[in-house]
Amino acid sequence: MGEAAPKPNPTEAMIAAHAMPDTGWSVAARKDALARLRAMGVPDRRDEYWKFTRPDTLTQMPAPTAAVFDPDEAPIFGDVDRLRVVFVDGVFDAEASDDLSLEGITIERLADATSDLHWARDLYGALELRGQDPVERPLAALNTAFATDGVLIHVTGQPSKPVSLIYLHKSERSDAVLHHCIKLDAGASLTVLENGPAAARFNKLMEVEVADNAQFHHIRAQGRDHERCAATHIFARLGAESVFKSFTLTANGVLTRNECILELTGDDAQAHVAGACVGDGAFHHDDTVFVTHDAVNCESRQVFKKVLCNGATGVFQGKILVKEGAQKTDGYQISQSLLLDGDSQFLAKPELEIYADDVACSHGSTSGAIDEDALFYLRARGVPEGEATDMLTLSFLAEAVEEIEAEELRDEINGRMAEWLARRRG
Amino acid sequence: MLSIKNLNVKLEEEDKQILKGVNLEVEAGKVHAIMGPNGSGKSTLSYVLSGKDGYEVTEGSAELEGEDLLDMEPEERAAAGLFLAFQYPVEIPGVGNMTFLRTAVNAQRKARGEEEMSAAEFLKAVRERAKSLKIDADMLKRPVNVGFSGGEKKRNEILQMAMLEPKMCILDETDSGLDVDAMKLVSEGVNALRSEGRGFLVITHYQRLLDHIKPDVVHIMADGRIVKSGGPELALEVEKNGYGNILAEMA
Repeated sequence: MGEAAPKPNPTEAMIAAHAMPDTGWSVAARKDALARLRAMGVPDRRDEYWKFTRPDTLTQMPAPTAAVFDPDEAPIFGDVDRLRVVFVDGVFDAEASDDLSLEGITIERLADATSDLHWARDLYGALELRGQDPVERPLAALNTAFATDGVLIHVTGQPSKPVSLIYLHKSERSDAVLHHCIKLDAGASLTVLENGPAAARFNKLMEVEVADNAQFHHIRAQGRDHERCAATHIFARLGAESVFKSFTLTANGVLTRNECILELTGDDAQAHVAGACVGDGAFHHDDTVFVTHDAVNCESRQVFKKVLCNGATGVFQGKILVKEGAQKTDGYQISQSLLLDGDSQFLAKPELEIYADDVACSHGSTSGAIDEDALFYLRARGVPEGEATDMLTLSFLAEAVEEIEAEELRDEINGRMAEWLARRRG
Repeated sequence: MLSIKNLNVKLEEEDKQILKGVNLEVEAGKVHAIMGPNGSGKSTLSYVLSGKDGYEVTEGSAELEGEDLLDMEPEERAAAGLFLAFQYPVEIPGVGNMTFLRTAVNAQRKARGEEEMSAAEFLKAVRERAKSLKIDADMLKRPVNVGFSGGEKKRNEILQMAMLEPKMCILDETDSGLDVDAMKLVSEGVNALRSEGRGFLVITHYQRLLDHIKPDVVHIMADGRIVKSGGPELALEVEKNGYGNILAEMA
C-alpha cells in the first residue's frame, strides 16, 4: 500500500501559479508581501473574517471560469466626460484608452514605471502592509506580490475630469491581478470611476494616499457578469482636513468580497464608504470595512444597503476603531438588507472598539421585507404593485447612493438601478 | 357614485367581525360624513374600500359607478377614481414628492388608456395646486412625507387628491393632528375640489372639521353598522351630547 499523496497546500499552489517580475523598484515590496502571504496562508473558513464567505473560489487554482455576459445596455458612465483607462481581462489596452496626459495629474502604467526613484516606491504595498494589522488580509498580500498591471496616479492639482478605469471581460478563463497606487498631494482632488467585470476572477487592490486638504472621490459599478468572482481591497490613509468618499454599486456576480481599510491620521478628516447592491439568485456579496480613527475631530460613515432575493446572500463586517486620543470622533455605521423573499439571507457583524472618551459613534443593522404600509400607500395612489416595489427598493438604497457627492454621477447610478429593476420586472 | 350594500367584513387573521352590514349611498356632488366612537369600524370601511390587505369581505358589495370595487386591486380602484386620504400618510425616504406624484398621475392615466402628462404640463398643474395649499417648492422636492409636520402631511394628501382628480374621495380622519389654522387650510383645499361630479366621504371623530367641510348627510357608525343618518344637525348633536344618547336610543 502506497501512502496517500500529501494534500497540496493551497497557498503554495497559488504562489506557484503566479509570477513576480525580477527587476524594478517594486521587487522588494513584492518579496515582502510574498513572505507575508506565506506566513498568513490563503484565507479559509476558520479565519474569523471569512466565516460568512467561503473563500474557495478566490483561492483555488486554476481559477473558476466565468461566461462572458452581454448586458445589452450602454456601458455606465458613457455620457460622463472622463479620461478612460481600459483593461481587458486585466491587461492595459493602450488603443482602447484615452491619451493619459491631463493637467494636474500624471498617470503611468505600473509595468512602465521603471525609474528607481519613482514616487510609487514608497506607496506600493505600504498601505496594504499597514492594513494587515490587526486583521490579516492574505489576498491583498497576494495582490502586492503578484500584480501584473495597474496604474500609478499622482495628483498634484485639480484635473478637469475623472479618471475612469474600465475593466472589460472577454475570456472565460481570465484570472487578473491589478494593483493601483494613487497619491494626492496636499490640496489636490480627484474622482476615480471604475466599472466592468474585469475578468472571470479579479483580484484588485487600490492604495490611496490622501494628503492634507486633498479630496478623493471614488464611484464604482462592478460588472454584471453572473459567474464572475472578485476580491477587491481599498487601503487609504487620510491627512488633515482631507476627504475620502467611496461608493460601490454591485449587481450580479457569484462572489464579491470588497474590503475597504481606511485610516484617518490627520485631524478634521472625513471618510465615507458606501455600497448598494442588488442580488438575485447565485449571488454572494461581502463588504468588509475597517475604519481607524487616529486623529482628532474626524468623521467617518459606513452606509451599506443590500437588496436580496432568490437565495442571494449579503454579508457586512464593519468596524470602527477609535484609538486613544482620537477625541471628537464622529463615527456612523449602518448596514441594512431588504429581503424580497424568504430564501435570502443577510449576515452582519458590526463592531465598535473605542479607546477615547469623547466620541460619538453609532451603528445599526437591520433586515426586513418591503414595508407593506408604504406599498399600499403607493398602490392606493394608482402605482401598480411591481412599479411600487421598485420605487420602495430604490428608496431603500437611497441613503447609500446619496453618499455620492456629484449629482450627475448620483443620477447615473440611480437611473441604472431603476432600469435594472424595471427590466427584471419585464 | 359610491354604493355600499350590506357590507360584512372580518379580519383575515382572526375571527373578528368588524363591519356588520353597512349600507351607504354617496351621490355625486354630495358630501357624506361618518362619525362614530373609536372601534366602530370607520377606518376599516375606508381600508376595505381602497383595497388594503388583511380584511375579508364575507358578504355584501361595494360599487363605484356600477363597477365592483371589491374585485379590483388597489391601483385599479385608484384608476377607477377612488381616492383615500390617509389618516397616517406614509413616509417614503429617497423618493421625491414630485417624482411620486408624477408617477401616480401617469400610472392612473395609463391604466385608463389616456395620454401621459408631459413634464411641463405636470409642473404647471402642481405649482398651481401647491400654491393654494401653501406647499412650497422645498416641500415638493423633499422625499414623500419625510420630515413633514402633521399639517404638512395632510396638506400633501390634499395636493395628491387635487392632482389625481378622483371621482370619489374618502377622507380618513383628516383632521387628526391638525391645529385650527391647518384644519382651515386643508378644508379650503377640500372645498375647492367639491364639484357636481365628485362625491366625498368624510370620516371624523369630531364635529369641528364639519364646520369647515359642510356635509350634506351625516351618518353615525357604531359596532360595525350605520345606526343613524341625518342632516348636519346630527353632527352638532354628537358634539353637544356625545355618542351616548344616540347609542342608548338605538339599544
